[in-house]
Formats: sequence, C-alpha cells, structure tokens
Amino acid sequence: MFRQEFIERNAFLLLVLTLVTIAIGGIIEVVPLFTIETTVEHVKGIRPYTPLEQRGRDIYVREGCYVCHSQQVRALRDEVERYGHFSLAAESMYDHPFQWGSKRIGPDLARVGGKYSSDWHYAHLINPQSVVPESLMPAYAFLAETPLASDDIVARLRTLRAVGVPYTDAEIGSAAADLATQANPNADNADLLKRYPKAVTVPGNGRVVTEMDALVAYLQVLGTMVNFADPANERLQQ
Amino acid sequence: MADAAIMPRPAPDYNEAVVRKFVIATVFWAVVAFLVGVWLATELAWPQANLGLSFINFGRLRPVHTSAAIFAFGGSALFATSFYVVQRTCRARLFGGEALADFVFWGYQFFILMAALSYVMGFSQSQEYAEPQWHLDLWLTVVWVAYAVIFIGTLMKREEPHIYVANWFYLAFILTIAVLHIGNNLALPISMFSAQAYQVTSGVQNAMIQWWYGHNAVGFFLTAGFLGMMYYFIPKAANRPVYSYRLSVVHFWSLIFMYIWAGPHHLHWTALPDWTQTLGMAFSVMLWMPSWGGMINGLMTLSGAWDKLRTDPSLRFSVTAVGFYGMSTFEGPVMSVRDVNALSHYTDWTIGHVHSGALGWVAFISFGAVYYLVPVLWKRPGLYSMRLVSWHYWIATLGIVFYITSMWVAGIMQGLMWRAYDQFGFLQYSFAESVIALHPYYVIRMFGGLLFLIGALLMVYNLIQTVRGKTSTSEQTIVMPAAVAVAGE
Repeated sequence: MFRQEFIERNAFLLLVLTLVTIAIGGIIEVVPLFTIETTVEHVKGIRPYTPLEQRGRDIYVREGCYVCHSQQVRALRDEVERYGHFSLAAESMYDHPFQWGSKRIGPDLARVGGKYSSDWHYAHLINPQSVVPESLMPAYAFLAETPLASDDIVARLRTLRAVGVPYTDAEIGSAAADLATQANPNADNADLLKRYPKAVTVPGNGRVVTEMDALVAYLQVLGTMVNFADPANERLQQ
Repeated sequence: MADAAIMPRPAPDYNEAVVRKFVIATVFWAVVAFLVGVWLATELAWPQANLGLSFINFGRLRPVHTSAAIFAFGGSALFATSFYVVQRTCRARLFGGEALADFVFWGYQFFILMAALSYVMGFSQSQEYAEPQWHLDLWLTVVWVAYAVIFIGTLMKREEPHIYVANWFYLAFILTIAVLHIGNNLALPISMFSAQAYQVTSGVQNAMIQWWYGHNAVGFFLTAGFLGMMYYFIPKAANRPVYSYRLSVVHFWSLIFMYIWAGPHHLHWTALPDWTQTLGMAFSVMLWMPSWGGMINGLMTLSGAWDKLRTDPSLRFSVTAVGFYGMSTFEGPVMSVRDVNALSHYTDWTIGHVHSGALGWVAFISFGAVYYLVPVLWKRPGLYSMRLVSWHYWIATLGIVFYITSMWVAGIMQGLMWRAYDQFGFLQYSFAESVIALHPYYVIRMFGGLLFLIGALLMVYNLIQTVRGKTSTSEQTIVMPAAVAVAGE
C-alpha cells in the first residue's frame, strides 16, 4: 500500500496520505502551546486594554504598522539595552491578533509606552520628519482629523471576551464612559485607573475623540504593564 | 512515449479557455505587483513618495504588493499551469464543466481585487500574507473548494493509469493551502455587517499559527505548486524525461513532510518556547536536502539538452529559476540557524532572501511557463520575438542581482549596526543612524526592481504581438538552430 507505484495510481489514497504527512508537524508544534502551562508565564500587571487603547490597537492593525515596526524585544544583549526587558509571552496574551512583526524599518515598539510624551507622539504621527529628520515613516495626519468610531465599542469588547480576554460585565458596561474619560484630561479618571491601572490619559483636542487619540493611548501603554523591578517577577529570568 | 507511438489516441477536448484567462491574469498581475513593488521601494528611498495620502501609505500599500505578487501573479500562474498540466497528463477534460472553471477564475479575480481595495481603504487584519478580513476569507474558501473539486475530480476521471509527478505537487499545494488558510484565519466578527473580527487565538499561540501558515505559504504556495510547474515544463521544453523518478518520489514526500515544521524559525529569540524554536530550526536545516534533491532533479533533466539553453531563452528562464531555487533554499536554512537569525532577523537580509526566491524562482519559472504556453494556447507557430525574450531574461536577471546584493549588504550592515558597541561599552549607533545608512542601498534596490519591471513590460509587448499573430521579421535565423536540434533527435 505504501509503494509509490500503488499510491500514484489512486488519487484518493494520494490525497489522504498527503494530508496525513502535512498534518504531523503542525500538530506537534501548535497543540502543546495550548496545553503546556509554562508557555505563558504568570506575571503580575497584565490587564486587558482599555476601550480607548483597544480602539487604538484596531487602528494600529488596520494601518499595517507591523510591516515596519516589530513588537518583540528578543532575548539578546543589544536589544535589551536598546529597548528594555525582553518581551514576555504574557505581555501579548490579550493581543488578538499578535503584532510581533517581522521587519524593523522603524524601531521596535514593544516598550515604547512612556518613552516619549503624548505630545511628542501627536507631533510625530502628524509629521514624523518634524521630530525625527531621518525617519522614513509616512505622515498619519489624517488620524487627527478622523473622529473615532466608538458606537460599536461594546460589541468589540464582547467579541474579545468571547475569544478569551477577561473583560468583566462592569468593564463592558462602562466601556463608552471609560473611552471618553481617557481622552479627556479634565475628567475624573479614578474609576478608569482602578479598572485599568497605568492607563495614560491623552490630551485630545477638547472637541471630539479622534483616531489619533486612541492610537497614542495604545502606544503609551505598550510594554508598561509589567513592573520588572518587582521582586515577585524575578522568577521570570530564563 | 512508446505507448503513444503504438496506438495514438485522439486527445480529449481540453478546456483551454480557462487556462488562457489565467495566463492573461498572470501577466496582468505580474505588472501590477512589480509596479507597486517599485513604488514601495521609492517610498522607502524617499518617504515623500507617500504623498501624505492615507491609501498609499507604506503600511497599507505593502500588503497590496505582497498579495499581488504571491496570490494574484503567483496564484494565477498556478491556476493556469495546474489546469493545463492536469488535463494533459491525465488525458481528461477538466472535471465540473466550463461553468465551474469560470467560477474559479472570476471568483479568484474578484477576491484579489477586493483584497487589494480593502487594504488601501483601511481594512486589514495584519496577519502577514493573510491580511484580508473575514468576509473575503470566507469567499476565498468557497473558491478554493471549487478549485480542489475541479482538480481532484480531473485526477479521478483520468485516462492515464499513473498520476504524473507534477500533479502530486499541485495536489499537495491545493490541500495544504486549504488547511493553512482555514487554520490561520479563525476569527470572530463583531457583527455580521462589520469587517472587524478578532482572531480566536492570541499572543504566542497566534504567532506560532501565523508562521505555521506564513512559512508554508512559502512552502506550498510558492514552492510545491511551482515545483509542479518545474516537473512539467522543463521536461517539455527540453524534450527530455524527468532525470530521476526515484528522486522525485523522495523529493515529494520529504519536502511536504519537513516544510510544515519550519515555521518557528520566524520567531527565534522571541517569547515562543525554546523547544518550538529548536524544532523549527532543526527541520529548516534538514529541509535543505529535499530542496536540493528537487533542484538536482530539475537541472539534471537537461542532461544531453544543455545546448538548448543557448537557443531557447524561455527554457533559460526555467533553468535559471531552478538555480535561484537552489540558492534561496540554501540561504533559508542558513538564516534559520538561531545565531545567524539573531543578526538577520528584522533586517533587509530577509527581504533580499525573499526576493531571490520570489523574483529568481517564482517569477522566472512562471515566465518560462508563460512563454511556453502562449504560442500553444493561442495556436501560434512560436513567439513573436526570441530576441525580446532574451532581453527580458538579461534585464530581469540584472535587476535581481541589483536587488538581492543591495539587500544583503543593507541587511547585514543594519544587523551589525544594531549590535555594535563603542569603546566604552555603550551601543554605538542610534536606530536613526542605521536608517540613514540604508539610503543608498534602498535606491539601488529600487533601481533593481525597476529593471525587473521593464523586463516584464517587454514580455507583455512580446506576448501581445504573439497573440496578434505577428513574427518579428528580423529573427528567422535565430529560431533555426533550435528547430534543427529538435529535429535531430
């Protein structure tokens, strides 16, 4: 049965054996990642994105930022010195889809949160060469002029919950309010910070929440959730 | 061969209409893919070329280039040749009738067009080489199932007792792409009417599945399918049997078994567990062997017919393609070694590697097949101009050389600059310094791409003249030696 002269006379057998042959490697490499518990470290500080951050992430995904920016600091000496602690699996556990990227036309963004002020990000996104003359980045000024569509924010968070992001009912219920709060520096953000520690309030333009507000909120949280100075996280050293 | 001589059977009425359509699509999308590629290269050399327009920003346009090159140009070439080859080698008309074949053609073109439009309008799920959002993914699934039904149905009703080796590769390509496409695009939409969907998996698992898909898009779409092309068109054009049947059996089974494992080499030194990275690296290195087995089988098929390279420039495309295949399938395993990858990953070295495969292997073997097919399908005595094919060959080859050498230098320099330390133990270069250093190489790369595009435009002109039934009057003598050589055998 397993002689080629026989297999190549039988289309159905060729089909079945081909499927079996290509299935083996994929199954062995993928399935254990869901079952082996140490694949994703248990680490303090990782939380779902705020509604505004998640919307910013959607824009990051939509614009294809990953074609130029990775979000994965590799465990190599120079990368750790340039960008910060190497990326943990846990840090992208709520990323649907992951955005580790495969090319650095621009720098890695896994730990860009807090490195620059929000004002810098606005200026940079509107005209990258105004702050980094060497930059090859296209201008994203149109994001500052596009109001953020947020009427479907509840559907978005619900869908994310269905695929495994642990949003609570309270978080989903207050999604619209949280989104507005994070884009308004004058609002009381105590509740927001209780639900989403380290959420960065973006300055906004005071009139309407724009896509750029969302994107900056997302960039400002990248890589900041885990406190690597916390001794409880020292076990992470591989 | 001997059987055919003893009792000649009338050939069935093959469905060549759909093959002709896909050949036209192949040539059309080739030009689109190369044109967008040149434009993107210009944007990287001079970012002002983004023109401040959201829809041609590099981030949105880059998937248009990759999808046009892989799925539109490569895909149409695979449809065209697989439909042609499966009919000829099975002595059977396509299963499912003309309507189903036309559905596959128009359905696939619709998919490509919508995918390209969706990217520039700002719909992308940003999974590399799987950017279309969920409505389009579902549509592609329907088209692909129809394609599989036609192909497998034709195999089932074949009149030849054996399934020819090219069809093993086409079959593996069709089946595996179906599995990969469905596996990698599992996503939950936020509503039936929204383009937005969220991937079912996240983070490290999503990364592994993406590169299981991504690397096997290379392995099965850009390799297995095109090997099918190699196994039919090189023996045909050289008028020689495949060098070794045994080698093709070993080549087939080992290639499809090992390719599937290679994905994790895209994720070296990341948060993916070490065991997975190591498996991916080990199989990537082993993959060198079946790849070169296939290369040897393709090249050695020319034993006794090497002189045809001098007289048949379209065969020259096919054979050079196999050479580039050998080169990139050696480079790939080298880059998959973790310590090499530490330097090469995230740099333009990868871009150079991809293009030596895409331009040198995929595009060249497709050009060879197209130059072979057009006179046959349109029932013309030969191509309009062999001299133009020759010009296309040399201009395109020169373009590839400019492209890949500039990217090798750029990539290795970039990698070395990122890890360079000064005498005080600090990182020597800022990221921005590595960006300016790349500028000259980006210009050279754009120039290489431009040459490749010009070559393709020569092909378009040559093919149009061929279909119009023209023959270049100045070239009668050039065709002669080939005719004499064939007649002498």
